[in-house]
Amino acid sequence: MNNTILHASNIQKSFGGLVAISNLSFAVHETKIKAIIGPNGAGKTTIFNLITGIFPPNGGAFEFMGTRITNLKSHIISAMGVSRTFQNVQLFSNMSVLENVMLGRHTRTSCGIMSSIVSMSKKKREERETRERATYYLEIVDLCDRMNEYPENLPFGKQRLLEIARAIATEPKLLLLDEPASGLNTRETQNLGRLITEIRDMDITILLVEHDMELVMDISDEIIVLNSGRKIAEGLPGDIQENDEVIKAYLGED
Amino acid sequence: MGKKNSFTLLILSVFLIIFPFVTTNTYYLSTMIFVGIHGIIAIGLCLLMGYAGQISIGHAAFFGLGAYTSAVLTSRFGFHPWSAFFLGVLLSSVVALAIGIPSLKLKGHYLAMATLGFGEITYIVFNELTDLTGGPPGMGDIPRISLVGFMVNTDVKYYFFVWAFLIFILVVSLNLINSRIGRALRSIHDSEIAASAMGVNTSKLKLQIFVISAIFASIAGSLYTHYVTFVSPSSFSLSFSILLVMMVVIGGMHNLWGALIGAGLLTIMPEFLRALKDFEILVYGAILLIIMIYMPKGLIGGLGYLFNRFKK
Repeated sequence: MNNTILHASNIQKSFGGLVAISNLSFAVHETKIKAIIGPNGAGKTTIFNLITGIFPPNGGAFEFMGTRITNLKSHIISAMGVSRTFQNVQLFSNMSVLENVMLGRHTRTSCGIMSSIVSMSKKKREERETRERATYYLEIVDLCDRMNEYPENLPFGKQRLLEIARAIATEPKLLLLDEPASGLNTRETQNLGRLITEIRDMDITILLVEHDMELVMDISDEIIVLNSGRKIAEGLPGDIQENDEVIKAYLGED
Repeated sequence: MGKKNSFTLLILSVFLIIFPFVTTNTYYLSTMIFVGIHGIIAIGLCLLMGYAGQISIGHAAFFGLGAYTSAVLTSRFGFHPWSAFFLGVLLSSVVALAIGIPSLKLKGHYLAMATLGFGEITYIVFNELTDLTGGPPGMGDIPRISLVGFMVNTDVKYYFFVWAFLIFILVVSLNLINSRIGRALRSIHDSEIAASAMGVNTSKLKLQIFVISAIFASIAGSLYTHYVTFVSPSSFSLSFSILLVMMVVIGGMHNLWGALIGAGLLTIMPEFLRALKDFEILVYGAILLIIMIYMPKGLIGGLGYLFNRFKK
């Protein structure tokens, strides 16, 4: 298929003797929402860490928009257009809400050490633009009224939204969301679902790891099911719901 | 740089200009010169510790590299003090790169260990290279430095000379942290994984800041040499490196002003603790303990907290 944005082929990853990912291949298609589901310990977050270069795979390769990104450093992969959120929210606690999102603009701005030191007009202009753009992304997640607060003072649901705002501020082509609904109440989860489809409509492809099945079935275009590091099913939400293997993995053998 | 910083800077400058006219005691003046010299190192170390989240236990060695480069080149080889000054900065940057490149690629506190080793090695080199450095007794006869034709040869002149350097370095550093680069630095401190996932080249940035902090220490070293006109290895030992770290921690790691206050406190305090002789280390320990327990954000953070409570 020619509109594949991310292609994983034969990915292997083990930690010591533990096989986390075993011979996994999949493709993510442009401007679609793809979900990865599976029981705890299936290797879902590991895939995100492999894609974003936090650690390298033992075998196999990732191709992002036709370029091999395996073994590239995290910050380079980010600059190429892959952004993410974290399962255990990783916000910058010593920075205000606005500054957190401004940091997301790091690769889209260019002031280096020298121009930062001498504080020229370029710096002033760039800082102003960064602030305006960051405010725009805060508007999308509806956090503008709290931009001068610190992340720890936000309720958990808002912290998740802030992390999403920071991630899309990098102007990614591909956004990885790691359990964005965990810890959210029903209403917040519904809003999140709307937000994710809105982001998809901004031409950002989404790869989603999530346990909330209602949300997954509601917004996903395609679903991959993992169990113990292996892909046991892949397909449309409707097909996955009726797949015997999947039911077995989730409910155990009878 | 922000209004708050500009205002504080203005108050500091006014104080600095008035100070030598109010005090006639050269002893106070010379203490203030040392506060300035230590302050320059502490500002660099604060960038490294409070903003890049890395610890160096070898900054006395960079201070020493600057001091000895100036001392040896000017007194033994007849170099112009300013050429020696810049060669010291160059040497310190090269050494900082050599230490930083391998150790900052790794996550964790490898830089602390590497700088600890480097500090000890440098200390031994200063002691053993007797032909160049004069060995443990040290070396004297170091010429004074001049500025555009004027010799900086009195305490008052040197006082202004050192503090002009400090103000320059402080402004440079404040500009640096209030910028895109400063934001990236703070993000590394908070979550290195998230920072790199957002596109920050964390090892490169940490390395750059480490080199900058080494350059500041080297500048302070050259300023020290031309003031004291005598250097000996004991001024650049491990215990001085630790004292420098304490300055930053006591003042408040996340605040350059805090580093300056820490430098002032730990430079002036020993003058009062002379009577205690070797027991003064106990007083330091107690102060550090109290600050760590009751003011984890340092004096600046702790006082700011108290101030806000009184306002309410």
